[in-house]
Amino acid sequence: MDRLPGWADAVLVPLVSLLLAALLSALVILAIGESPVEAVRIMVVGAFGSTYGWGYTLYYATTFMFTGLAFAVASHAGMFNIGAEGQAMLGGLGVALVCLALPWPHWTLALPAAMAGGAVFGALWALIPAWLQATRGSHIVITTIMFNLIAAALLNYLLGGVLRPAGSVEPATARFPEGATLPTLHDMLAPLGISFSRAAPVNISLFVAVLACLFVWLLIWRTRLGYEIRALGYSQTASRYAGIGPVKIVVVAMLISGGLAGLMAVNVVMGEAERLLLNPTEGAGFIGIAVALMGRNHPLGVFLAAILFGFLYQGGGELGLWTSIPRELIVVIQALVILFTGALDNMVRMPMERAYGALRRRRKA
Amino acid sequence: MSVAPAIELRGISKSFGPVQANKDISIRVAPGTIHGIIGENGAGKSTLMSILYGFYKADAGKIFIKGQETRIPDSQAAIAAGIGMVFQHFKLVENFTVLENVILGAEDGALLRPSLAKARRELAALAREYELNVTPDALIEDIGVGMQQRVEILKALYRQADILILDEPTGVLTPAEADQLFRILARLRDEGKTIILITHKLREIMEITDDVSVMRRGEIVATVRTAETGPEELAELMVGRKVLLRVEKAPARPGDVVLEVENLHVVDGQGVERLRGIDLQVRRGEIVGLAGVAGNGQSELLEVLGGMRPATGRVTVNGVDLALTGRGADGKARRAAGVGHVPEDRQREGLIMAFSAWENSVFGYHRDPASGTGLLMDNAGIEAEAAAKMERFDVRPRDAKLSARHFSGGNQQKIVLAREIERNPDLLLVGQPTRGVDIGAIEFIHAQIIALRDAGKAILLVSVELDEVMALSDRIAVMFDGRIMGERLPGQTDETELGLLMAGIEGRPEDAAAAVQEAQEAQAQEHAEEHGTAQGGGHG
Repeated sequence: MDRLPGWADAVLVPLVSLLLAALLSALVILAIGESPVEAVRIMVVGAFGSTYGWGYTLYYATTFMFTGLAFAVASHAGMFNIGAEGQAMLGGLGVALVCLALPWPHWTLALPAAMAGGAVFGALWALIPAWLQATRGSHIVITTIMFNLIAAALLNYLLGGVLRPAGSVEPATARFPEGATLPTLHDMLAPLGISFSRAAPVNISLFVAVLACLFVWLLIWRTRLGYEIRALGYSQTASRYAGIGPVKIVVVAMLISGGLAGLMAVNVVMGEAERLLLNPTEGAGFIGIAVALMGRNHPLGVFLAAILFGFLYQGGGELGLWTSIPRELIVVIQALVILFTGALDNMVRMPMERAYGALRRRRKA
Repeated sequence: MSVAPAIELRGISKSFGPVQANKDISIRVAPGTIHGIIGENGAGKSTLMSILYGFYKADAGKIFIKGQETRIPDSQAAIAAGIGMVFQHFKLVENFTVLENVILGAEDGALLRPSLAKARRELAALAREYELNVTPDALIEDIGVGMQQRVEILKALYRQADILILDEPTGVLTPAEADQLFRILARLRDEGKTIILITHKLREIMEITDDVSVMRRGEIVATVRTAETGPEELAELMVGRKVLLRVEKAPARPGDVVLEVENLHVVDGQGVERLRGIDLQVRRGEIVGLAGVAGNGQSELLEVLGGMRPATGRVTVNGVDLALTGRGADGKARRAAGVGHVPEDRQREGLIMAFSAWENSVFGYHRDPASGTGLLMDNAGIEAEAAAKMERFDVRPRDAKLSARHFSGGNQQKIVLAREIERNPDLLLVGQPTRGVDIGAIEFIHAQIIALRDAGKAILLVSVELDEVMALSDRIAVMFDGRIMGERLPGQTDETELGLLMAGIEGRPEDAAAAVQEAQEAQAQEHAEEHGTAQGGGHG
């Protein structure tokens, strides 16, 4: 089989997948009697046409960067961490506990503490499945899925009881103190004389996410630990030969993965809601899988794919507002993108490889 | 020629992507002859045979069977055309009996009993005619590889094959078993069957074939009568240049004991004892070769010494005890103790195929101070060092950024060797150093191993190629069934004696092959009887 050159593999294949998903979505929209062209226009304008749109797109993208990176790191170690959802929920709990613990004087103090809280809680939630996988061979897909459910139930229980302020009927924590409010992009750009929508929830977590991308790149391709993570991910047998301890690597990689998932809560819980609500993740943990698959588990790819999915989320929401396209169909469109870019990767790659091989032969002949 | 050839290929070509595996191949095989096809790994031998057996479709060219142009779209068509194939890796159902395997896919009607009865009669007749002795009621998993191979041949004959293709048939056999196979092949030829023998072993070609075609890079470079050529000429045709067939080395000057193994036992995950009390010494400046048929414990021994498998017993290197279980019984600790390891399976163990050559150049040594500072790896430094190593070991292509899977087998092996040898280990474990490696690279690899010995290092060599063990070793230990059957000096032994030891027979009976066969049959018979009683109840 001919292998595609690197750039085609990384750029062309996802683009073609995306195009196919868009094509199919267009057919579906046509079928219900709406105009696909108009739908695309509404989505693009809604997501990128204003700083308000941008603000939401980037806010979603921030979340997806964290969960995408979480999946990617585990993936490099050969682990399919489907539990970013649960790890992020626990991350939310960690963030909330930290934020509520002290009357924070300023966000600069609260942010690092909340990051630590979110990361540690997320990491610990990943530890048990990781340990079971590494020492007992309990499959990580199964255990992390189950841990998602346990996390949801735990949050349910805590928010209904212990964490609910007295007198409140809502299953949510108290509002975080003023000093734990993160600056939004509006707050940050205003001193520079750039006006940005005040209503958009995008906040300083975006930069934390970009730093996390950088951190993961450094970890995976520049450190000895990253080398061992990748080695184990490619071949258990060879790693045994090299003396790379599988238990240690699986556990460490999953801790990092869970920690990254937990950091997502800084954006959602601390940056947006400013209190812990039920289901703070809203499926972002699963979107992270699609983001990582589309981004080839590379931080740059995750960054770009996260923005794409941010666009789909924000644009999709706008579609619901301005057309009679039902909400369910927007989910269908998002699902098509996930299906094509994530699951049906080979459907696009193999014909492209074949075409590429044929092209090369013809050129040679 | 007056008689139509049994098989004639005209202008067969086949490409896989940019790789042309077969290029305009034409061969005529006369009926009632043994035709050898020899070539290095990757020369296109197996592709050609797969086309003949209907696994691949040729891009161009024609096949004639007994003068008739024949299309072979699948293996059914090949069987219908009278072609039988014996693969390198047998295609037998392990928990079926010999008889059941023979009729598998060739049953008449829905009921098994008449087929089995018919097959039993025919099997007996075939066995008589061609001296293909098998035990019809033994389970495949209980019989030796030699008999398994005879079952494969019988399968083909049962399907009325009169053209037999054998792909590297001796790879898994002891020398005595190989001799027996060759006697069977000669007999088949004398009865009028046509045989195509694919091999990379020159000795086999010289011993048994009538004609030989040499393949190189997808082309037939020569077809000659075997009687009119010699191994040197064939080797030169295969490689395309003059080749040194003998390993040249000075006598060993063994020094202090480096590796000492005492009473080593290994029990695998299924509870089977794989090593049953190994005692072994390797000294500075000597190569100790472990001979044996694959699966007799050599691999396990290497894995224990390399820190990949737990064991009980005692192992010291330079007088220091090695941990055999728990912490410290891993590859990292072994490397720290001065043990280098070229593993048997470079693609699954010695290399990460997706890693680049430079990443692989520190695999196992990536925690060394030389590989970086603190948490970080010194990627640029490692890459530069890897490029220099590739230069010294003549790795081609000389591209340190290329991932390991894009190198040929020989060059992959050189990457592993360069990594392990240049760390200057006190003890080097070498498993199958030239498996799947072309002749040109074999010379180089052997020279490197000998150079390391001459530098005063201890070397433990495991190889299923008896020729290689005999050529390289200063001392040979033969393994059978998890034990060391005996040690011999290469100058004072021969293939027959080693072959007997490999089959678990000590001493020197008059007829070696007969002794081996007898031992195997007794074993198979014993198993068959056990199963016979168990199965009898079920059928009744």
